[in-house]
Amino acid sequence: VSRVAVLKGGPSLERQVSLRSGARVEDALERLGHEVVGIDVGTDLIRRLRAERPDVVFVALHGRDGEDGTVQELLEILGLPYTGSGVAACARAMDKVLAKHLMIEAGVPTPEFFAFNQTAFRELGAAEALPAIEERLDFPIVVKPSSQGSALGIKFARTAADVPSALVAAFSYDAKVLLERYVDGRDLAVSILDGGDGQSPLALPVVEAVPTAAPGGEGEDFYDFEARYDIGRTEFICPARLPEAVTQRAQELALRTYELLGCHGFGRVDLMLGPDDELSVLEANSIPGLTETSLLPQAAEAAGIGFDDLVARVLASAFTR
Amino acid sequence: MSLPPKPPERSTRRDLERYASLFSERTRGMTSSAMRDLMAVTDRPEVISLAGGLPDTSSFPPETFADITARIAEESCARALQYGPTEGLPETKRCIAEVMAAEGMTVDTDDMIVTTGGQQVLDLVAKTFIDPGDVIVAEGPSYPGALNAFQAYQADVVQIDMDADGMRIDLLEETLDRLEREGRRPKFVYTVPTFQNPGGVTLSLPRRRRLVEVARERELLVLEDNPYGLLRYEGDPATTLYSLDGGVYVMYLGTFSKILSPGIRLGWVVAPPPVLARINLGKQEADLCTSTLSQLLVQAYFEHHDWQEYIASLTEIYRSRRDTMLDALAEYFPPQAEWTRPAGGLFIWATLPEFIDTTDLLARALRDNVAFVPGEGAFLDGRGRSSMRLNFSGSDEARIVEGIRRIGEVIKEQVALYGTLTGEPQPDAEERRAIEKAASDETTESEGARVVELPRRAARNRRARES
Repeated sequence: VSRVAVLKGGPSLERQVSLRSGARVEDALERLGHEVVGIDVGTDLIRRLRAERPDVVFVALHGRDGEDGTVQELLEILGLPYTGSGVAACARAMDKVLAKHLMIEAGVPTPEFFAFNQTAFRELGAAEALPAIEERLDFPIVVKPSSQGSALGIKFARTAADVPSALVAAFSYDAKVLLERYVDGRDLAVSILDGGDGQSPLALPVVEAVPTAAPGGEGEDFYDFEARYDIGRTEFICPARLPEAVTQRAQELALRTYELLGCHGFGRVDLMLGPDDELSVLEANSIPGLTETSLLPQAAEAAGIGFDDLVARVLASAFTR
Repeated sequence: MSLPPKPPERSTRRDLERYASLFSERTRGMTSSAMRDLMAVTDRPEVISLAGGLPDTSSFPPETFADITARIAEESCARALQYGPTEGLPETKRCIAEVMAAEGMTVDTDDMIVTTGGQQVLDLVAKTFIDPGDVIVAEGPSYPGALNAFQAYQADVVQIDMDADGMRIDLLEETLDRLEREGRRPKFVYTVPTFQNPGGVTLSLPRRRRLVEVARERELLVLEDNPYGLLRYEGDPATTLYSLDGGVYVMYLGTFSKILSPGIRLGWVVAPPPVLARINLGKQEADLCTSTLSQLLVQAYFEHHDWQEYIASLTEIYRSRRDTMLDALAEYFPPQAEWTRPAGGLFIWATLPEFIDTTDLLARALRDNVAFVPGEGAFLDGRGRSSMRLNFSGSDEARIVEGIRRIGEVIKEQVALYGTLTGEPQPDAEERRAIEKAASDETTESEGARVVELPRRAARNRRARES
């Protein structure tokens, strides 16, 4: 039995989701017989951790601060073992632009993109390069903030006229944004779990997210933030119905991405399956959601790993960094 | 001693399927939204929130509260703790008649039901009238809580544009004609005619008269929602639709939430007897009766204290907060923004240039610890994405000024960025004023029309941009 602090909530835009992930993890840890302290992350974080003296910290935060290495850095300073990826891997995964550059260097396919920070537009006249970019990427173009963990701020530009307002929206979330080639295809996610006992990490069965028709009868063609967390808006199919070769390749790409970013414990890699069964990696999440509707728990279950078991494995990996 | 049974391991998929497969078709429309998740971040103490719709309950004298609760303890303890009649206590109904009389309405206490807040009226009226697919007509923008209540019964809500004089009755008639051609008869028109939430505008008297006529001509019911009518900061009281119609086609919704306390959850509905009988059955099945304790609180308060004086003191506070917000908007919002100038109520509706999405803007504003309500929730068709609702009743004046200043800064930042991106710098305040002056020298466009216009945003554009 260990004393486990579960970090959840915090000021990030994904606070609600994190509170739900955290609550579920707490329940599981209690069932596993641990002594659990839930901490809603705020300015008193260090004080609370010092007062509670946990043996290990389960980080169930999503988004800014929790998933970008900030909290991990603090835990390093306090010398507390914690779940999930370390500081550098968190920073790499959170920064989509950096992650995509690393993928390209490693030969992992990812949709073509261009990234800018606000300074490029304000001080270097980058706006003049937009037509060239638009020509290269072809419409529709996906515009997204580099660091937002969820689908918040992601816009689709159908024509050149849509690009400026899409950029303004994306810059609401981050000082760096990317314009990315749109892949028309199926949304796949491969969750990765620590192998345990020094084994190499394990790619779980592929989950496919299929948006269902909205209640108004109008079909949503974008897998949006709301659908991502709500029962009824998106149907998840696990294992995804894919040719064996595609499944294998998706898992292999996900593992390569996970490893090249240096992730640890668990993670989730989002991919697109385009025309001609061509796979490309969109992004990696260093702390995937753990709510009832999240993809990692579903994938684990399809692999015969129940939620408590999943939590136990992630917790154990805190000591094998 | 035996150990309690070990709780069963939770199965993710089983959890999901166990519940999801049981949910009613109706609840499929009830999803939480990105906006709601964003709003969860707004209640941090360091955030100046102009997002709520909260009355300032700190202005209610605690001595008064102590007095009325002591009276109840002494005089009617057993009754306060007991069930009451479904339609409400007679003495509370007399207080309601008094409130309605203060707005020029004469009402028979037999024609009303006391409810658990005004929100319950929305649910009960919806339950009474709406079959899946039925049309309900409302204003655009509309109170999201009403839209949700109607959608919970699978209504098809059609929204009618507003301008400075409230709902465009000409557009309402056009819409009713179109619906008639389609063989669809709306079950009722939902409106907040006075100090509309979230628009802040008030339906003009000629339009009120016309709306009541339209209701008669077409035998159409109207649900008049009037939570703010007594919170007037200037001008003459508006004649309610209920007075104009005499309660034949107009159902009336009132509440103590904004004039006394939202915490006591007390509202009421006045409706024609056959309708009221149905609503009563629905109420019985929903919660048997409204809290007797709350009803006696109101009764004791009305009997021993001057409720109108309290409203006068609230009005004083809110008027000055509204003025502060309007001044701050003029000072800190960029010239491309427009906003309504409410003569009462709790809200101002501001509309920004079309290239700004206020949900994304909220995410940016939260980094500067300030919040508002993005406009998208007030429409069901994707409009409202460049608008925001600002509340002036719930924050003191210093926080209002600072909050508006911070929002103004992030808007200006986005306006400038857009100018850079399009290579067409947006005119700054000085230039804009000069342009406008030149324009107004040539035309006779009224100032009012420009400031309070509630621009229509084509839903098509939004889908094209985002889908």
